[in-house]
Amino acid sequence: MKKRTYGNPVGVSRYTGLLLILPFIAGFLLFTLYPFVCSFAVGLTEYDGIRPAKFVGLENYRTMFRDRTFRKSLTVTLRYAAILVPLKLTVSLLTALLLNAEIRGIGFYRTALYIPSVLGANLAVVIMWNYLFTSGGLVNQLLDLMGASPVSWYGDPDRALFVIILLRLWEFGSTMVIFLAALRDIPRDLCDAAKVDGCGRVRTFFSVTLPQLRGVIFVNLILQTIAALQEFNAPYMLTGGGPLKSTYTVGMLIYDEMFRYDMNAGYANAVSWVLFAMISAIVGIMFAVSGRRGRDGR
Amino acid sequence: MTKKLPLYIILTLMAAAMLYPLLWLIGASFKSNDEIFSSVWFMPDSFGLSVYRKAWKTVTPYTMGHYFMNTFMIVVPKVLLTCISSVLVAYGFARFDFPLKRLCFGMLMAGMFMPAVVTVMPMYLLWNKAGLLDTYVPLIAPSAFAAEGMFVFMLIQFFRRVPKEFDEAARIDGCGTLRTLFYVLLPCIRPAVVSVAVFTFLWTMNDFLQPLIMIHSVEKYPLSLALRLSVDSTGQGYEQCRIIAMSVIGLIPSVAVFSLAQKHFISGITAGGITG
Repeated sequence: MKKRTYGNPVGVSRYTGLLLILPFIAGFLLFTLYPFVCSFAVGLTEYDGIRPAKFVGLENYRTMFRDRTFRKSLTVTLRYAAILVPLKLTVSLLTALLLNAEIRGIGFYRTALYIPSVLGANLAVVIMWNYLFTSGGLVNQLLDLMGASPVSWYGDPDRALFVIILLRLWEFGSTMVIFLAALRDIPRDLCDAAKVDGCGRVRTFFSVTLPQLRGVIFVNLILQTIAALQEFNAPYMLTGGGPLKSTYTVGMLIYDEMFRYDMNAGYANAVSWVLFAMISAIVGIMFAVSGRRGRDGR
Repeated sequence: MTKKLPLYIILTLMAAAMLYPLLWLIGASFKSNDEIFSSVWFMPDSFGLSVYRKAWKTVTPYTMGHYFMNTFMIVVPKVLLTCISSVLVAYGFARFDFPLKRLCFGMLMAGMFMPAVVTVMPMYLLWNKAGLLDTYVPLIAPSAFAAEGMFVFMLIQFFRRVPKEFDEAARIDGCGTLRTLFYVLLPCIRPAVVSVAVFTFLWTMNDFLQPLIMIHSVEKYPLSLALRLSVDSTGQGYEQCRIIAMSVIGLIPSVAVFSLAQKHFISGITAGGITG
């Protein structure tokens, strides 16, 4: 057997590094791997948290595909992510392009547009959002001023989803900052060279800037997709999943099954595994597609 | 200058649209119900601090001071533990070679992409069995184990930028592994550690699902749950400004920490590519 050599300085044991990351390994086993396995196991049982779990095999999964609420929540979640993620990435990227300009006072604008994402998930902000869109709220008053008739934001299925998407869009700062950092890393000579070669601004963006950003766009796409498919807070606080379950995400369904009604841990865990499988599949497809595009493009 | 004018106009309009809701929220905390639902201008007719005095008392059995204390009992240990554990783990990954390193790094990446949905319920069952529900242990404990892979990842990037000659010089001068870290490397990566601390603070202030699941008695509620309780236990006719004032108070710590640390940590984010 080939003996591996370790590139450590003289006098450093090859176990020093292992010792340093020991907390992480322990944490990974306890807080990631264990729940991951356990979740699958519980998903194969009928368990209410009090009486001993009863093994039922794939019964929970069979129930799930007959369950209309589950199918509805799956549609809602996919639709929500499919609208929000591209929208958020586009807005973030365009804003980052604007904020990359070297003008006086740019620091103020960077902070101003970033702050909402810092406060974003805070419950106080969700409460604020609720006031903005209630029947007599700020948005309806503005519509009234502009001569349009007020709108029942929470009464209509499509509009309720729109209000939640708008809240998450308002928090675009976190994705925007990543784009901004990447933009600042693009060597200036690249853009200058493009200009010398006669590229206009739009052409430079599509032929020089965008290819340089491909890695960051991909990272943002994945992070945002994972987050969107797990959405829980906003619908829970703003709409309670209604009206007509139009904002009832899978995240809410899992919470309800587990904690709201009599604890239905087996079913909740089975649903969470389906959600996990779906997220993995979508992320996997993204990786596969981007890998192929990367090879073809270069 | 004139060439830049359209840019200024666009940016100003965007900033105004983004920040006006927050401004409106502050203004609305001084307004009567009628005024809230009849005027789009954020400025209230009059400022009276009595609403803040009432808001501080809350509609729950405890004052906001009590919920602030609860929140800080969670936040402070979390920030400290996260910083310590993430720095140690990142140091191990960035500076040492060891058996199964690639596997461990793979675990780090896997943990970053693992949806919380899958892990939160088994953890609830586990903490339940351990009899630690309704304590802060389930909220704090993961921090001691560098549970936020994103932070470790960011710190590794920062460690890699510090020349290895620094470590060698320290070693020749007689520093051991830990002394090298604390006296030589840590000062070099301070902005990154500040970012980790600030983000842990902000995320913990914002966290809602974990406390909602793990904490059940009102006495131990952190701020976010207290806010929800107040919203739920008041009706339409109620003085809305009190709820709004509570929200404003609830946002103060996050805004304060963000403003204080902003200078340090913007460089941290832009260099490490971390997100809020």
